[in-house]
Amino acid sequence: MDHIEMQRDDVGAKLGMWVFIFTEILLFGGLFLVYAVMRHRYTADFHQASLQLNTFIGALNTVVLLISSMTVAMSITAVQKKDKRMATILLCITLLCAVIFLVDKYFEWGHKISMTLYPGTDLMQSLKHGYILFFSLYFFMTGLHMLHLVIGAVILVIALTKVRMGLINDEHYVLLENGGLYWHLVDLIWIFLFPLLYLVT
Amino acid sequence: MTTEVKHITEYPVYAKVLIGLLVLTTFTILVPWLDLTAFTALIALVLASTKAGIVMTYFMHLKVEYILLKILVIMVLAIYVSVIILTFSDYIFR
Repeated sequence: MDHIEMQRDDVGAKLGMWVFIFTEILLFGGLFLVYAVMRHRYTADFHQASLQLNTFIGALNTVVLLISSMTVAMSITAVQKKDKRMATILLCITLLCAVIFLVDKYFEWGHKISMTLYPGTDLMQSLKHGYILFFSLYFFMTGLHMLHLVIGAVILVIALTKVRMGLINDEHYVLLENGGLYWHLVDLIWIFLFPLLYLVT
Repeated sequence: MTTEVKHITEYPVYAKVLIGLLVLTTFTILVPWLDLTAFTALIALVLASTKAGIVMTYFMHLKVEYILLKILVIMVLAIYVSVIILTFSDYIFR
């Protein structure tokens, strides 16, 4: 029994990840559809409500996520080139970007929460229907996106640990690829969330 | 066991892709300032879709993936677009 070989199917593993990404696209797609219909119905309210959002923070987070997407893609190249040090640096930059994003979100949400501008408060109840819908969708969509970002970061921490341990190497790196795919999904969703929520006019 | 052909994308390619994405982001931010009213949302969506396409092609390596996966991605997007069209045609012409 000296020749036990682990069954490996990288193509299958990646296809599985893609199928999962499809379900995620449809999940967020459903929310975008609700947003589109409601925006169509309450155009003026949505426009007024979106002025409450800080475009600068939104734009900053867009840039941060784009950079992190690049570094995670580069980390795969580094692993393929057996450059463990580079892969570590690139993954650390990616995780740093995740932290910056969350800190931004903390200030952004914190500002609105301190104004009691969130679903269920007396202030929200007193606003027009379109406002309530906008902020409910805003909190739900950015909240769900943030949850995905945290999960993505956890997966990348695991990948980083495995890179350090040598378990992810130039021969075997499908976990990093799948973690990267998930991270890009987080970026993709934000690419649509940013203009729709922050720049509706 | 299925083995994969190893595609190595060089660092400068990713850097160029990032620059392209940042340029498109700048456009996205500037468009509402131009005050094109009716077209703002449309332009924003076109820019976002272009960016998403670039991310999927280069960062998510669809460019070098096998044809079946590309077809699957296109099919999922087609399903989503048809759902959008159906919903809006129902909503507008009701």
